[in-house]
Amino acid sequence: MVVSSGPRQTGGHGDRGASPSHPTAHLDKANITPMSDTAIFQAPGTGGGLLDVFHRRYLLRLLVHKELKARYHGSVLGMLWSYIKPAVQFGVFYFVIGVFFKMNNAVDSYAVYLFSGIIAMNFFSEAFGNATRSITGNWALVKKIYLPRELFPVASVFVSFTHFIPQVLVLLVGCLVTGWHPTVWQLLAGVGGFLVLAVFALGLGLIFGALNVVFRDFENVVDLILMVATWASPVIYTWTAVRDALGDGPLWWLYQCNPLTNVVEIFHWTFWYPTTDGRAPMPTQMPTFVAIAAGVSVVVLGIGQLVFRRFDGRFAQEL
Amino acid sequence: MGQRQLDQDRIRIDRVSKHFTLRHTRAVKEIVVKGLQGRRKELSEQFTALRDVSLTVGEGEAIALLGRNGSGKSTLLKLISGVMGADEGSIAVRGNVAGLIDVGAGFHPDLTGRENIFLNGAILGMSEAKIHQEFDRIVAFSEIEEFIDTEVKFYSSGMFLRLAFAVAVHTDPDIFLVDEILAVGDEPFQHKCLDRIRELRDEGKCLVIVSHDLDMVSRFTDRGVVLDKGRMVHDGPIDEAVALLRRRAEG
Repeated sequence: MVVSSGPRQTGGHGDRGASPSHPTAHLDKANITPMSDTAIFQAPGTGGGLLDVFHRRYLLRLLVHKELKARYHGSVLGMLWSYIKPAVQFGVFYFVIGVFFKMNNAVDSYAVYLFSGIIAMNFFSEAFGNATRSITGNWALVKKIYLPRELFPVASVFVSFTHFIPQVLVLLVGCLVTGWHPTVWQLLAGVGGFLVLAVFALGLGLIFGALNVVFRDFENVVDLILMVATWASPVIYTWTAVRDALGDGPLWWLYQCNPLTNVVEIFHWTFWYPTTDGRAPMPTQMPTFVAIAAGVSVVVLGIGQLVFRRFDGRFAQEL
Repeated sequence: MGQRQLDQDRIRIDRVSKHFTLRHTRAVKEIVVKGLQGRRKELSEQFTALRDVSLTVGEGEAIALLGRNGSGKSTLLKLISGVMGADEGSIAVRGNVAGLIDVGAGFHPDLTGRENIFLNGAILGMSEAKIHQEFDRIVAFSEIEEFIDTEVKFYSSGMFLRLAFAVAVHTDPDIFLVDEILAVGDEPFQHKCLDRIRELRDEGKCLVIVSHDLDMVSRFTDRGVVLDKGRMVHDGPIDEAVALLRRRAEG
Protein backbone atom coordinates (compact mmCIF):
# COMPACT_ATOMS: atom_id res chain seq x y z
CA MET A 1 0.00 0.00 0.00
CA VAL A 2 0.87 3.59 0.19
CA VAL A 3 4.10 4.43 1.81
CA SER A 4 3.40 7.73 3.33
CA SER A 5 4.97 9.88 5.88
CA GLY A 6 1.93 12.01 6.25
CA PRO A 7 1.80 15.76 6.35
CA ARG A 8 4.97 17.55 6.96
CA GLN A 9 5.71 20.92 8.28
CA THR A 10 7.20 23.16 5.75
CA GLY A 11 9.55 26.00 6.07
CA GLY A 12 13.13 26.79 5.34
CA HIS A 13 15.55 24.21 6.47
CA GLY A 14 19.16 24.89 7.00
CA ASP A 15 20.59 22.27 4.74
CA ARG A 16 20.19 23.38 1.19
CA GLY A 17 22.27 20.44 0.20
CA ALA A 18 22.39 21.33 -3.45
CA SER A 19 25.54 20.05 -4.96
CA PRO A 20 26.23 22.56 -7.68
CA SER A 21 27.20 20.16 -10.35
CA HIS A 22 27.32 16.49 -10.77
CA PRO A 23 26.62 16.22 -14.43
CA THR A 24 26.19 12.48 -14.61
CA ALA A 25 23.93 12.00 -11.62
CA HIS A 26 20.77 11.64 -13.65
CA LEU A 27 22.34 10.49 -16.83
CA ASP A 28 24.16 7.22 -16.79
CA LYS A 29 22.37 3.98 -17.27
CA ALA A 30 22.77 2.80 -13.71
CA ASN A 31 20.66 5.68 -12.54
CA ILE A 32 17.72 4.93 -14.78
CA THR A 33 16.83 2.10 -12.42
CA PRO A 34 15.82 3.11 -8.92
CA MET A 35 18.90 3.97 -7.00
CA SER A 36 17.60 5.69 -3.90
CA ASP A 37 20.73 6.35 -1.98
CA THR A 38 23.39 6.90 -4.59
CA ALA A 39 21.93 10.05 -6.12
CA ILE A 40 22.75 13.36 -4.59
CA PHE A 41 20.80 16.57 -4.40
CA GLN A 42 21.22 18.95 -7.22
CA ALA A 43 19.39 21.93 -8.56
CA PRO A 44 17.14 20.87 -11.42
CA GLY A 45 17.98 22.35 -14.76
CA THR A 46 21.64 22.81 -14.03
CA GLY A 47 23.98 20.32 -15.50
CA GLY A 48 27.38 19.97 -17.00
CA GLY A 49 26.58 21.89 -20.18
CA LEU A 50 28.42 20.41 -23.13
CA LEU A 51 29.57 17.54 -20.92
CA ASP A 52 25.92 16.49 -20.56
CA VAL A 53 25.65 16.38 -24.33
CA PHE A 54 28.45 13.87 -24.35
CA HIS A 55 26.67 11.75 -21.76
CA ARG A 56 23.49 11.83 -23.78
CA ARG A 57 24.99 11.08 -27.15
CA TYR A 58 22.30 8.51 -27.86
CA LEU A 59 19.72 11.27 -27.69
CA LEU A 60 22.02 13.48 -29.76
CA ARG A 61 22.09 10.81 -32.46
CA LEU A 62 18.31 10.61 -32.50
CA LEU A 63 17.99 14.40 -32.67
CA VAL A 64 20.35 14.54 -35.65
CA HIS A 65 18.37 11.78 -37.32
CA LYS A 66 15.12 13.64 -36.63
CA GLU A 67 16.53 16.84 -38.04
CA LEU A 68 17.67 15.17 -41.25
CA LYS A 69 14.47 13.26 -41.70
CA ALA A 70 12.36 16.35 -41.09
CA ARG A 71 14.44 18.43 -43.48
CA TYR A 72 14.16 16.07 -46.42
CA HIS A 73 10.67 14.97 -45.70
CA GLY A 74 8.47 15.12 -48.76
CA SER A 75 11.41 16.04 -50.93
CA VAL A 76 12.00 13.87 -54.00
CA LEU A 77 15.70 14.55 -54.26
CA GLY A 78 16.36 14.41 -50.51
CA MET A 79 20.03 14.39 -49.59
CA LEU A 80 20.88 15.02 -53.27
CA TRP A 81 20.22 18.67 -52.52
CA SER A 82 23.38 18.75 -50.50
CA TYR A 83 25.22 18.00 -53.76
CA ILE A 84 23.17 20.23 -55.99
CA LYS A 85 23.41 23.44 -53.99
CA PRO A 86 27.20 23.52 -53.66
CA ALA A 87 27.51 22.44 -57.30
CA VAL A 88 25.49 25.42 -58.49
CA GLN A 89 27.29 27.76 -56.12
CA PHE A 90 30.60 26.45 -57.39
CA GLY A 91 29.49 26.87 -61.01
CA VAL A 92 28.56 30.49 -60.46
CA PHE A 93 31.82 31.41 -58.75
CA TYR A 94 33.87 29.43 -61.22
CA PHE A 95 32.47 31.14 -64.28
CA VAL A 96 32.25 34.62 -62.87
CA ILE A 97 35.52 34.76 -60.99
CA GLY A 98 37.53 32.02 -62.67
CA VAL A 99 36.58 32.55 -66.30
CA PHE A 100 35.28 36.10 -66.58
CA PHE A 101 37.71 37.63 -64.10
CA LYS A 102 40.47 35.29 -65.30
CA MET A 103 41.46 33.88 -61.91
CA ASN A 104 41.97 30.61 -63.77
CA ASN A 105 45.09 32.02 -65.32
CA ALA A 106 46.43 33.39 -62.05
CA VAL A 107 45.94 30.28 -59.92
CA ASP A 108 46.81 26.69 -60.84
CA SER A 109 43.77 24.35 -60.77
CA TYR A 110 41.62 27.22 -59.60
CA ALA A 111 38.50 25.00 -59.50
CA VAL A 112 40.00 22.93 -56.70
CA TYR A 113 41.28 26.05 -54.96
CA LEU A 114 37.85 27.60 -55.06
CA PHE A 115 35.91 24.54 -54.01
CA SER A 116 38.12 23.68 -51.03
CA GLY A 117 37.38 27.16 -49.66
CA ILE A 118 33.70 26.94 -50.49
CA ILE A 119 33.14 23.71 -48.58
CA ALA A 120 34.74 25.22 -45.47
CA MET A 121 32.46 28.25 -45.71
CA ASN A 122 29.40 26.13 -46.45
CA PHE A 123 29.94 24.00 -43.41
CA PHE A 124 30.56 27.03 -41.25
CA SER A 125 27.53 28.93 -42.55
CA GLU A 126 25.18 26.03 -42.11
CA ALA A 127 26.47 25.01 -38.69
CA PHE A 128 26.56 28.55 -37.30
CA GLY A 129 23.29 29.63 -38.92
CA ASN A 130 21.33 26.57 -37.84
CA ALA A 131 22.83 26.50 -34.36
CA THR A 132 21.68 30.11 -33.97
CA ARG A 133 18.12 29.06 -34.84
CA SER A 134 18.23 25.76 -32.99
CA ILE A 135 16.84 26.91 -29.65
CA THR A 136 14.02 28.96 -31.11
CA GLY A 137 13.36 26.20 -33.64
CA ASN A 138 12.95 23.58 -30.91
CA TRP A 139 10.82 25.84 -28.74
CA ALA A 140 8.25 23.13 -28.08
CA LEU A 141 10.83 20.96 -26.40
CA VAL A 142 12.75 23.75 -24.71
CA LYS A 143 9.58 25.13 -23.17
CA LYS A 144 8.21 21.88 -21.87
CA ILE A 145 10.87 19.34 -21.03
CA TYR A 146 14.21 19.93 -19.43
CA LEU A 147 17.10 18.73 -21.54
CA PRO A 148 20.66 19.94 -21.68
CA ARG A 149 19.82 22.62 -24.27
CA GLU A 150 23.33 22.52 -25.66
CA LEU A 151 22.09 19.41 -27.44
CA PHE A 152 20.34 21.51 -30.06
CA PRO A 153 23.28 23.61 -31.29
CA VAL A 154 25.50 20.54 -31.16
CA ALA A 155 22.96 18.58 -33.21
CA SER A 156 22.94 21.42 -35.76
CA VAL A 157 26.69 21.11 -36.15
CA PHE A 158 26.40 17.35 -36.69
CA VAL A 159 23.65 17.82 -39.25
CA SER A 160 25.90 20.25 -41.11
CA PHE A 161 28.63 17.65 -40.93
CA THR A 162 26.45 15.15 -42.80
CA HIS A 163 26.12 17.75 -45.56
CA PHE A 164 29.82 18.48 -45.46
CA ILE A 165 30.81 14.89 -46.24
CA PRO A 166 29.27 14.71 -49.74
CA GLN A 167 30.99 17.97 -50.61
CA VAL A 168 34.33 16.60 -49.49
CA LEU A 169 33.74 13.54 -51.67
CA VAL A 170 33.05 15.72 -54.70
CA LEU A 171 36.14 17.76 -53.92
CA LEU A 172 38.24 14.60 -53.63
CA VAL A 173 37.12 13.52 -57.08
CA GLY A 174 38.22 16.92 -58.38
CA CYS A 175 41.53 16.58 -56.55
CA LEU A 176 42.23 13.12 -57.96
CA VAL A 177 41.46 14.28 -61.49
CA THR A 178 43.98 17.09 -61.14
CA GLY A 179 46.71 14.82 -59.79
CA TRP A 180 46.44 15.04 -56.01
CA HIS A 181 49.39 13.67 -54.03
CA PRO A 182 49.01 14.75 -50.41
CA THR A 183 51.34 13.91 -47.57
CA VAL A 184 50.07 12.43 -44.32
CA TRP A 185 50.67 15.81 -42.69
CA GLN A 186 48.49 17.57 -45.18
CA LEU A 187 45.68 15.08 -44.53
CA LEU A 188 46.02 15.46 -40.77
CA ALA A 189 46.03 19.23 -41.16
CA GLY A 190 42.74 18.98 -43.04
CA VAL A 191 41.15 17.01 -40.21
CA GLY A 192 42.55 19.44 -37.64
CA GLY A 193 41.32 22.39 -39.67
CA PHE A 194 37.86 20.92 -39.76
CA LEU A 195 37.86 20.46 -35.98
CA VAL A 196 38.89 24.08 -35.45
CA LEU A 197 36.07 25.14 -37.76
CA ALA A 198 33.51 22.97 -35.97
CA VAL A 199 34.57 24.29 -32.55
CA PHE A 200 34.43 27.87 -33.80
CA ALA A 201 30.98 27.39 -35.37
CA LEU A 202 29.63 25.70 -32.25
CA GLY A 203 31.01 28.42 -29.98
CA LEU A 204 29.44 31.18 -32.05
CA GLY A 205 26.27 29.12 -32.41
CA LEU A 206 25.96 28.83 -28.63
CA ILE A 207 26.40 32.58 -28.17
CA PHE A 208 23.98 33.65 -30.88
CA GLY A 209 21.57 30.78 -30.29
CA ALA A 210 21.14 31.98 -26.71
CA LEU A 211 20.89 35.67 -27.65
CA ASN A 212 18.40 34.87 -30.39
CA VAL A 213 15.96 33.57 -27.81
CA VAL A 214 15.76 37.01 -26.22
CA PHE A 215 16.00 39.11 -29.37
CA ARG A 216 15.22 37.52 -32.71
CA ASP A 217 17.27 40.26 -34.33
CA PHE A 218 20.31 38.12 -33.85
CA GLU A 219 19.23 35.80 -36.65
CA ASN A 220 19.71 38.70 -39.00
CA VAL A 221 22.98 39.68 -37.39
CA VAL A 222 24.22 36.17 -38.04
CA ASP A 223 23.10 36.33 -41.66
CA LEU A 224 25.11 39.52 -42.01
CA ILE A 225 28.16 37.96 -40.40
CA LEU A 226 27.92 35.00 -42.75
CA MET A 227 27.56 37.24 -45.78
CA VAL A 228 30.73 39.11 -44.86
CA ALA A 229 32.58 35.95 -43.81
CA THR A 230 32.59 34.44 -47.29
CA TRP A 231 34.45 37.46 -48.61
CA ALA A 232 36.65 38.06 -45.59
CA SER A 233 38.59 34.86 -46.19
CA PRO A 234 40.66 33.84 -49.19
CA VAL A 235 37.99 31.69 -50.78
CA ILE A 236 37.81 33.20 -54.25
CA TYR A 237 41.00 35.27 -54.14
CA THR A 238 44.46 34.44 -52.82
CA TRP A 239 46.03 35.55 -49.56
CA THR A 240 48.83 37.33 -51.44
CA ALA A 241 46.28 39.84 -52.75
CA VAL A 242 45.35 40.71 -49.17
CA ARG A 243 48.94 41.07 -48.04
CA ASP A 244 49.73 43.25 -51.03
CA ALA A 245 46.84 45.51 -50.06
CA LEU A 246 47.27 45.49 -46.28
CA GLY A 247 51.02 45.13 -45.94
CA ASP A 248 52.25 42.87 -43.17
CA GLY A 249 51.36 45.12 -40.28
CA PRO A 250 48.61 44.83 -37.66
CA LEU A 251 45.83 44.70 -40.26
CA TRP A 252 47.41 41.66 -41.83
CA TRP A 253 47.64 40.03 -38.42
CA LEU A 254 44.05 40.85 -37.72
CA TYR A 255 43.07 39.29 -41.02
CA GLN A 256 45.04 36.18 -40.18
CA CYS A 257 43.64 35.80 -36.68
CA ASN A 258 40.25 34.96 -38.12
CA PRO A 259 39.91 31.20 -37.67
CA LEU A 260 37.96 31.02 -40.93
CA THR A 261 40.86 32.45 -42.89
CA ASN A 262 43.19 29.90 -41.39
CA VAL A 263 40.90 26.97 -41.95
CA VAL A 264 40.44 27.99 -45.57
CA GLU A 265 44.23 28.18 -45.90
CA ILE A 266 44.58 24.80 -44.24
CA PHE A 267 42.05 23.31 -46.65
CA HIS A 268 44.00 24.83 -49.53
CA TRP A 269 47.10 23.16 -48.17
CA THR A 270 45.31 19.82 -47.85
CA PHE A 271 43.32 19.70 -51.06
CA TRP A 272 44.64 22.24 -53.50
CA TYR A 273 48.37 22.59 -52.87
CA PRO A 274 49.13 18.89 -53.56
CA THR A 275 47.51 19.25 -56.99
CA THR A 276 49.82 22.09 -58.02
CA ASP A 277 53.46 22.12 -58.99
CA GLY A 278 54.24 23.40 -55.49
CA ARG A 279 55.43 26.83 -56.58
CA ALA A 280 52.42 28.65 -55.14
CA PRO A 281 53.44 30.47 -51.96
CA MET A 282 51.71 29.55 -48.71
CA PRO A 283 51.48 32.25 -46.05
CA THR A 284 54.63 32.56 -44.00
CA GLN A 285 54.20 31.97 -40.25
CA MET A 286 51.36 29.56 -41.03
CA PRO A 287 51.94 27.48 -37.84
CA THR A 288 51.64 30.62 -35.70
CA PHE A 289 48.41 31.66 -37.36
CA VAL A 290 46.96 28.17 -37.09
CA ALA A 291 47.83 28.07 -33.38
CA ILE A 292 46.11 31.43 -32.93
CA ALA A 293 43.08 30.21 -34.86
CA ALA A 294 42.81 27.09 -32.73
CA GLY A 295 43.18 29.22 -29.59
CA VAL A 296 40.55 31.70 -30.73
CA SER A 297 38.12 28.85 -31.51
CA VAL A 298 38.55 27.25 -28.11
CA VAL A 299 38.14 30.60 -26.35
CA VAL A 300 34.99 31.32 -28.39
CA LEU A 301 33.62 27.91 -27.42
CA GLY A 302 34.35 28.66 -23.76
CA ILE A 303 32.62 32.04 -24.00
CA GLY A 304 29.76 30.37 -25.87
CA GLN A 305 29.26 27.89 -23.08
CA LEU A 306 29.28 30.65 -20.46
CA VAL A 307 26.84 32.87 -22.34
CA PHE A 308 24.59 29.89 -23.02
CA ARG A 309 24.57 28.88 -19.36
CA ARG A 310 23.74 32.41 -18.38
CA PHE A 311 20.66 32.57 -20.57
CA ASP A 312 19.66 28.92 -20.20
CA GLY A 313 17.33 29.48 -17.24
CA ARG A 314 15.39 32.10 -19.20
CA PHE A 315 14.79 30.12 -22.36
CA ALA A 316 11.51 28.54 -21.29
CA GLN A 317 9.90 31.83 -20.36
CA GLU A 318 11.25 33.91 -23.25
CA LEU A 319 10.05 31.59 -25.98
CA MET B 1 5.23 8.18 10.05
CA GLY B 2 7.55 9.90 12.42
CA GLN B 3 10.54 12.04 11.81
CA ARG B 4 11.90 11.37 8.38
CA GLN B 5 15.57 11.58 7.83
CA LEU B 6 16.84 14.28 5.57
CA ASP B 7 18.44 11.87 3.15
CA GLN B 8 15.06 10.41 2.33
CA ASP B 9 13.96 13.67 0.81
CA ARG B 10 13.50 13.78 -2.91
CA ILE B 11 12.55 17.39 -3.46
CA ARG B 12 13.59 20.36 -1.38
CA ILE B 13 12.11 23.72 -2.20
CA ASP B 14 13.36 26.53 -0.06
CA ARG B 15 11.72 29.97 -0.13
CA VAL B 16 11.30 30.02 -3.86
CA SER B 17 9.89 32.95 -5.78
CA LYS B 18 9.36 33.25 -9.49
CA HIS B 19 8.65 36.45 -11.38
CA PHE B 20 7.78 36.91 -14.98
CA THR B 21 8.44 40.03 -16.95
CA LEU B 22 5.69 40.73 -19.40
CA ARG B 23 7.21 42.90 -22.08
CA HIS B 24 4.77 44.96 -24.01
CA THR B 25 7.09 45.63 -26.86
CA ARG B 26 10.51 44.84 -28.19
CA ALA B 27 10.41 47.44 -30.90
CA VAL B 28 13.44 49.71 -30.72
CA LYS B 29 11.37 52.78 -31.59
CA GLU B 30 9.07 52.41 -28.62
CA ILE B 31 11.88 51.47 -26.26
CA VAL B 32 13.81 54.60 -27.25
CA VAL B 33 10.78 56.90 -27.10
CA LYS B 34 9.61 55.63 -23.71
CA GLY B 35 13.18 55.67 -22.49
CA LEU B 36 13.58 59.33 -23.43
CA GLN B 37 10.26 60.21 -21.85
CA GLY B 38 11.37 58.57 -18.63
CA ARG B 39 8.52 56.11 -18.85
CA ARG B 40 10.55 52.96 -19.07
CA LYS B 41 8.41 51.23 -16.49
CA GLU B 42 5.53 51.24 -18.95
CA LEU B 43 7.46 48.92 -21.23
CA SER B 44 7.07 45.90 -19.05
CA GLU B 45 5.16 44.54 -16.11
CA GLN B 46 6.33 42.28 -13.36
CA PHE B 47 4.15 39.38 -12.49
CA THR B 48 4.89 37.14 -9.53
CA ALA B 49 3.86 33.55 -10.17
CA LEU B 50 5.30 32.12 -6.96
CA ARG B 51 6.10 33.91 -3.76
CA ASP B 52 8.23 32.47 -1.00
CA VAL B 53 7.17 28.85 -1.36
CA SER B 54 8.89 26.20 0.74
CA LEU B 55 8.16 22.53 0.43
CA THR B 56 9.88 19.23 1.06
CA VAL B 57 8.73 16.00 -0.49
CA GLY B 58 10.12 12.66 0.52
CA GLU B 59 10.65 9.31 -1.07
CA GLY B 60 7.43 7.35 -1.51
CA GLU B 61 5.33 10.39 -0.88
CA ALA B 62 2.46 11.41 -3.14
CA ILE B 63 1.36 15.01 -2.95
CA ALA B 64 -1.21 17.06 -4.80
CA LEU B 65 -0.72 20.67 -5.83
CA LEU B 66 -4.07 22.37 -5.79
CA GLY B 67 -5.39 25.80 -6.49
CA ARG B 68 -7.29 27.94 -8.96
CA ASN B 69 -6.04 28.62 -12.45
CA GLY B 70 -3.05 30.92 -12.33
CA SER B 71 -2.17 30.07 -8.76
CA GLY B 72 1.31 28.90 -9.74
CA LYS B 73 0.92 25.11 -9.71
CA SER B 74 2.29 24.50 -13.16
CA THR B 75 5.06 27.02 -12.64
CA LEU B 76 6.12 25.09 -9.56
CA LEU B 77 6.16 21.86 -11.56
CA LYS B 78 8.29 23.54 -14.20
CA LEU B 79 10.75 24.68 -11.57
CA ILE B 80 10.98 21.15 -10.18
CA SER B 81 11.51 19.67 -13.63
CA GLY B 82 14.20 22.24 -14.39
CA VAL B 83 12.52 23.76 -17.42
CA MET B 84 12.75 27.12 -15.66
CA GLY B 85 14.97 28.45 -12.95
CA ALA B 86 13.78 30.11 -9.75
CA ASP B 87 14.47 33.81 -9.25
CA GLU B 88 14.86 33.57 -5.49
CA GLY B 89 15.37 30.69 -3.12
CA SER B 90 16.68 27.28 -4.02
CA ILE B 91 15.35 24.06 -5.38
CA ALA B 92 17.13 20.75 -5.17
CA VAL B 93 16.02 17.34 -6.30
CA ARG B 94 17.59 13.95 -5.77
CA GLY B 95 17.29 11.43 -8.58
CA ASN B 96 15.86 11.91 -12.04
CA VAL B 97 12.66 13.70 -12.78
CA ALA B 98 10.12 12.88 -15.48
CA GLY B 99 6.41 12.71 -15.79
CA LEU B 100 3.23 13.48 -17.53
CA ILE B 101 3.71 17.11 -18.36
CA ASP B 102 3.00 18.17 -21.90
CA VAL B 103 3.29 14.61 -23.10
CA GLY B 104 4.10 14.47 -26.73
CA ALA B 105 6.17 17.66 -26.70
CA GLY B 106 9.10 15.68 -28.02
CA PHE B 107 7.14 13.96 -30.77
CA HIS B 108 7.86 14.78 -34.35
CA PRO B 109 5.02 14.37 -36.87
CA ASP B 110 7.28 13.20 -39.69
CA LEU B 111 8.70 10.30 -37.70
CA THR B 112 6.94 6.98 -37.29
CA GLY B 113 5.47 5.84 -34.00
CA ARG B 114 8.44 3.54 -33.52
CA GLU B 115 10.99 6.29 -34.12
CA ASN B 116 9.07 8.61 -31.84
CA ILE B 117 9.15 6.06 -29.01
CA PHE B 118 12.92 6.00 -29.20
CA LEU B 119 13.28 9.75 -29.58
CA ASN B 120 10.86 10.56 -26.78
CA GLY B 121 12.21 7.85 -24.51
CA ALA B 122 15.69 9.31 -24.92
CA ILE B 123 14.38 12.83 -24.35
CA LEU B 124 12.79 11.68 -21.11
CA GLY B 125 16.09 10.26 -19.95
CA MET B 126 15.86 6.57 -20.86
CA SER B 127 18.94 4.80 -22.11
CA GLU B 128 18.97 2.95 -25.41
CA ALA B 129 18.97 -0.43 -23.63
CA LYS B 130 16.10 0.62 -21.41
CA ILE B 131 13.97 1.69 -24.37
CA HIS B 132 14.61 -1.60 -26.16
CA GLN B 133 13.68 -3.41 -22.98
CA GLU B 134 10.43 -1.48 -22.50
CA PHE B 135 9.52 -1.16 -26.17
CA ASP B 136 6.96 -3.97 -26.35
CA ARG B 137 5.32 -2.87 -23.12
CA ILE B 138 5.04 0.70 -24.39
CA VAL B 139 3.45 -0.41 -27.65
CA ALA B 140 1.06 -2.73 -25.84
CA PHE B 141 0.10 0.03 -23.42
CA SER B 142 -0.63 2.44 -26.25
CA GLU B 143 -2.78 -0.11 -28.12
CA ILE B 144 -1.64 1.11 -31.51
CA GLU B 145 0.39 -1.94 -32.56
CA GLU B 146 -0.73 -1.91 -36.18
CA PHE B 147 0.16 1.75 -36.71
CA ILE B 148 3.52 1.70 -35.03
CA ASP B 149 5.38 2.11 -38.33
CA THR B 150 3.07 4.83 -39.58
CA GLU B 151 4.12 8.46 -39.38
CA VAL B 152 2.65 10.11 -36.35
CA LYS B 153 1.04 12.92 -38.35
CA PHE B 154 -1.47 10.39 -39.66
CA TYR B 155 -2.52 9.44 -36.12
CA SER B 156 -5.78 10.59 -34.63
CA SER B 157 -5.31 12.86 -31.65
CA GLY B 158 -6.35 10.01 -29.35
CA MET B 159 -3.75 7.65 -30.81
CA PHE B 160 -1.11 10.33 -30.54
CA LEU B 161 -1.84 10.96 -26.88
CA ARG B 162 -1.98 7.26 -26.05
CA LEU B 163 1.45 6.73 -27.52
CA ALA B 164 2.85 9.81 -25.79
CA PHE B 165 1.43 8.68 -22.45
CA ALA B 166 2.67 5.16 -22.95
CA VAL B 167 6.23 6.40 -23.34
CA ALA B 168 5.99 8.82 -20.43
CA VAL B 169 4.65 6.29 -17.92
CA HIS B 170 7.42 3.82 -18.75
CA THR B 171 10.30 6.16 -18.04
CA ASP B 172 10.78 4.96 -14.46
CA PRO B 173 12.06 8.15 -12.83
CA ASP B 174 12.58 8.73 -9.13
CA ILE B 175 10.32 11.74 -9.13
CA PHE B 176 7.18 11.61 -11.20
CA LEU B 177 5.33 14.82 -12.02
CA VAL B 178 1.77 14.69 -13.28
CA ASP B 179 -0.09 17.65 -14.76
CA GLU B 180 -3.80 17.22 -15.49
CA ILE B 181 -3.90 13.59 -16.52
CA LEU B 182 -7.62 13.26 -16.84
CA ALA B 183 -7.86 15.78 -19.61
CA VAL B 184 -7.08 13.18 -22.26
CA GLY B 185 -8.00 9.81 -23.67
CA ASP B 186 -11.15 7.77 -23.43
CA GLU B 187 -12.24 6.37 -20.09
CA PRO B 188 -10.66 2.90 -20.30
CA PHE B 189 -7.39 4.49 -21.22
CA GLN B 190 -7.62 7.00 -18.39
CA HIS B 191 -8.13 4.10 -16.00
CA LYS B 192 -5.08 2.41 -17.39
CA CYS B 193 -3.03 5.57 -16.84
CA LEU B 194 -4.32 5.95 -13.30
CA ASP B 195 -3.51 2.31 -12.56
CA ARG B 196 -0.01 2.83 -13.84
CA ILE B 197 0.43 5.95 -11.71
CA ARG B 198 -0.86 4.03 -8.69
CA GLU B 199 1.70 1.35 -9.46
CA LEU B 200 4.46 3.95 -9.55
CA ARG B 201 3.30 5.33 -6.24
CA ASP B 202 3.25 1.87 -4.67
CA GLU B 203 6.76 1.27 -5.95
CA GLY B 204 7.80 4.16 -3.75
CA LYS B 205 8.25 6.87 -6.35
CA CYS B 206 7.89 10.42 -5.28
CA LEU B 207 4.73 11.71 -6.95
CA VAL B 208 3.64 15.32 -7.48
CA ILE B 209 0.22 15.69 -9.05
CA VAL B 210 -1.41 18.86 -10.32
CA SER B 211 -5.11 18.49 -10.91
CA HIS B 212 -8.47 20.14 -10.55
CA ASP B 213 -10.11 16.77 -10.07
CA LEU B 214 -10.41 16.80 -6.29
CA ASP B 215 -11.94 13.31 -6.05
CA MET B 216 -9.10 11.81 -8.02
CA VAL B 217 -6.37 13.51 -6.01
CA SER B 218 -7.91 12.51 -2.70
CA ARG B 219 -7.80 8.88 -3.82
CA PHE B 220 -4.22 9.16 -4.99
CA THR B 221 -2.46 11.33 -2.51
CA ASP B 222 -2.26 11.79 1.21
CA ARG B 223 -0.98 15.29 1.29
CA GLY B 224 -2.31 18.39 -0.36
CA VAL B 225 -0.60 21.69 -0.99
CA VAL B 226 -2.87 24.59 -1.85
CA LEU B 227 -1.55 27.57 -3.73
CA ASP B 228 -3.33 30.87 -4.02
CA LYS B 229 -1.93 33.61 -6.25
CA GLY B 230 1.54 32.18 -5.88
CA ARG B 231 1.49 31.79 -2.12
CA MET B 232 1.21 28.53 -0.28
CA VAL B 233 -1.87 28.68 1.91
CA HIS B 234 -2.08 25.07 3.03
CA ASP B 235 0.19 22.11 3.41
CA GLY B 236 -1.33 19.16 5.18
CA PRO B 237 -3.60 16.15 4.85
CA ILE B 238 -5.31 15.98 1.49
CA ASP B 239 -8.80 15.91 3.03
CA GLU B 240 -8.22 19.27 4.68
CA ALA B 241 -6.82 20.70 1.48
CA VAL B 242 -9.78 19.51 -0.54
CA ALA B 243 -12.20 20.81 2.10
CA LEU B 244 -10.45 24.18 2.04
CA LEU B 245 -10.77 24.43 -1.73
CA ARG B 246 -14.41 23.40 -1.71
CA ARG B 247 -15.16 26.00 0.97
CA ARG B 248 -13.43 28.66 -1.10
CA ALA B 249 -15.27 27.63 -4.24
CA GLU B 250 -18.56 28.06 -2.48
CA GLY B 251 -17.67 31.54 -1.41
